[in-house]
Amino acid sequence: MDLTWSESEEAFRTEARSWLESNVPTPALPSGDTKEGFALHLDWEHRLAADNWSVVSWPKAFGGRDASLWEWLIFEEEYYRVGGPQRVTQNGIFLLAPTIFEFGTPAQQEYYLPRMSSAVDLWCQGWSEPNAGSDLAAVRSKATRDDAAGGWRLSGQKTWTTRGAFCNYLFGLFRTDPESERHKGMTYFMVPLEGDGVTVRGFGRLDGDEGFAEVFFDDLFIPDDDGTAATMARGGILGEVNQGWGVAMATTSSERGLTLRSPGRFQATATRLVELAREQVGNGLSEQMADAVADAWMDAEAYSLFTLSDVSGVVEGKAMGARSSYNKIFWSELDVRLHEVALDLLGPSAELDGPWMKGYQFALSGPIYAGTNEIQRNIVAERVLGLPRK
Amino acid sequence: MRFALTEEQIEFRAVVRGLLADTCGPDELRAAWPDAELAGGGPGGGNGRVPGAWSALAEMGVLGIMVPEANGGLEMTQEDLVPLLIEAGWAALPDPVSATAGVAVTLLAQATDSEKRAGELLAGIAAGELSFGCAFLAGRVATSNFVPAATSLDQILLCVNDQVHVVGPASLPLERVQSVDGARDLFRIDLVDQLDNSTVLLTGEAAESATRSAFDFAALGAAAELIGLSRRMLEMTVLYATERKQFGVQIGSFQAVKHHLTNASLAVEFAEPLVLRAANSLALGNPQASVHVSMAKAKASAAAKAAAAASLQVHGAIGYTVEYDLHLYMKRSWALAGEFGDVEFHRRRVSDELLAI
Ligand SMILES: Cc1cc2nc3c(=O)[nH]c(=O)nc-3n(C[C@H](O)[C@H](O)[C@H](O)COP(=O)(O)OP(=O)(O)OC[C@H]3O[C@@H](n4cnc5c(N)ncnc54)[C@H](O)[C@@H]3O)c2cc1C
Repeated sequence: MDLTWSESEEAFRTEARSWLESNVPTPALPSGDTKEGFALHLDWEHRLAADNWSVVSWPKAFGGRDASLWEWLIFEEEYYRVGGPQRVTQNGIFLLAPTIFEFGTPAQQEYYLPRMSSAVDLWCQGWSEPNAGSDLAAVRSKATRDDAAGGWRLSGQKTWTTRGAFCNYLFGLFRTDPESERHKGMTYFMVPLEGDGVTVRGFGRLDGDEGFAEVFFDDLFIPDDDGTAATMARGGILGEVNQGWGVAMATTSSERGLTLRSPGRFQATATRLVELAREQVGNGLSEQMADAVADAWMDAEAYSLFTLSDVSGVVEGKAMGARSSYNKIFWSELDVRLHEVALDLLGPSAELDGPWMKGYQFALSGPIYAGTNEIQRNIVAERVLGLPRK
Repeated sequence: MRFALTEEQIEFRAVVRGLLADTCGPDELRAAWPDAELAGGGPGGGNGRVPGAWSALAEMGVLGIMVPEANGGLEMTQEDLVPLLIEAGWAALPDPVSATAGVAVTLLAQATDSEKRAGELLAGIAAGELSFGCAFLAGRVATSNFVPAATSLDQILLCVNDQVHVVGPASLPLERVQSVDGARDLFRIDLVDQLDNSTVLLTGEAAESATRSAFDFAALGAAAELIGLSRRMLEMTVLYATERKQFGVQIGSFQAVKHHLTNASLAVEFAEPLVLRAANSLALGNPQASVHVSMAKAKASAAAKAAAAASLQVHGAIGYTVEYDLHLYMKRSWALAGEFGDVEFHRRRVSDELLAI
């Protein structure tokens, strides 16, 4: 066991910290889930990219720094410690990119990845449909082959698409084999959200921000890949036709696992919670509340250590597999607890529009998105503990 | 950075698990209970010890794992011992492995300069000849005055304010009490005022600081055992849930059952890293070690209670009888959850540190 960072990791931390400290915008940006806020976040993403901080763990050729998984964790820790803005690019860089790295052709990687890391292309995630939520295999949106035109025609509806109204691309599953059922016969498409055949309607989330969208496809044409940039700009397919389910699963496990929610984020929230409680020390902080703060803090520590142990395995070649469902349940419920304790500390002023109430409302979605926690519990029970499926 | 056990630690752990599976199964455990009826079987007349397991561990050098080489030990660290204590917990071994190999060695190692006796006692531990108990009677740590299997022990260490004494059980007023866990064959030691200088091991600053680290180890040892106990109970329960059928199907296929077990398992999975981190902190003398121990003990205690509750619920009535094995592990969890500081005590140590109240 070695819980210390190497000299070069410490140097990486220092460099990241000093860049972040002098660049992170103050005061904090407004929510990136509104049109105006999104534009400000985009400026921030461009600044990150200009100095190669947007995707530290990617190869340099695609805009990264070739940073190790450890360094990525360090970066995230520093990012959230200084209160860095939410990453409006996250669905591309954390969820789509790993899939492109795994399934994309070299030409696709060269085309899409640099545009993603520099926030030229903004990606949203199109899994859910009105009748396909937890049961993702019920996807009905379809892509019909048009041999004459040499491509696919997409139709159907996606929904709950985070920041769909502000992004210019979507990735998602479409049924390409009309005879198919369930997990078979779907294809993983990358789709432009501009032009004929696509309509996007943004709508309010729980906190009123226009963070959701529904996306309607009506014969949107995606040309066959001929390896040119002009064609790829009009969308494409990742992996093989009709093999979309397997391709998509690679992405969902990154979402559940560590890439979407690094411990730094919750440690930063836990630190802010402790600061909030400290203001009340000697001024009405009850032992009961002090205990609740300590308990939430311990859970943030536990999440961080659990991640260090997972990453130790991953760097030695062990797959996380279904264990990533433990992460997902834990971080999402931890986030809720941290905010609940903060709101309890705030007492009557908890109801006022402020960062804790805003954060609480967002935290409450954690147990729903990225596969609900009920589904994750089933996964742990069946694939980790070994309980029977049926 | 590498937060994982070494190959050797993993191997050592596997060997110890195998050894305990052979020497400390439910039958041997029941035999450690003084009362066969309460144990739900066995011969009765036990004294809180499983001699076969203890001597096997002694022979392997487990007891002297932290004893300096100069005194015949392996001179390894808390990081090496703690994973083995998880295994001791898995087997619900009632013998004083944590007290001897961890707590006593911690105290004695700090007395070797001033006390020749300390070195001899350490050598005795390393040779597998001595077993120790430990009680914290007064001072700044949580009072822990229960000593399991006290009459079977060679020596008992008493931490009282700024003194540490080492005393044979025969010269102590031991009051036998009934633990929920009969295998602990429990005795209480109340504050002793007739201690004299002949039994003093450490005094003053040195005693206080040794007491703090000994208490930290005691709490961490219990936390490690609680992790092992939790894993054992969940393993038993998963197995049962795949065998038992109701409504024509395995009960483990019911979602309510799955979620009970997943919840308990989550608590255990996220408590264990806290336990291993605390071992690392103690080994390195990290100034935050006590807080790390408290996080470990608070979360491991809570996890074990959750694992016990879920296990019992999923077993139904069969789990509610002393004839079934589950109670042997459940009762140890309840006992250790409160030993060397309960959830509240340790959470308070953490909140005091965080909020400096
Ligand atoms: C803030 C937020 C952002 C989102 N962003 C996106 C996005 O960008 N792209 C995207 O595609 N989707 C997104 N989603 C949608 C999200 O993926 C779905 O909400 C989720 O998969 C659940 O589907 P559902 O809402 O249809 O609920 P349902 O599947 O209808 O579930 C309703 C309830 O029933 C339970 N349930 C369902 N099936 C089972 C079962 N088998 N066992 C036990 N319980 C069950 C669920 O756990 C839940 O509690 C987002 C959701 C939220 C809240």
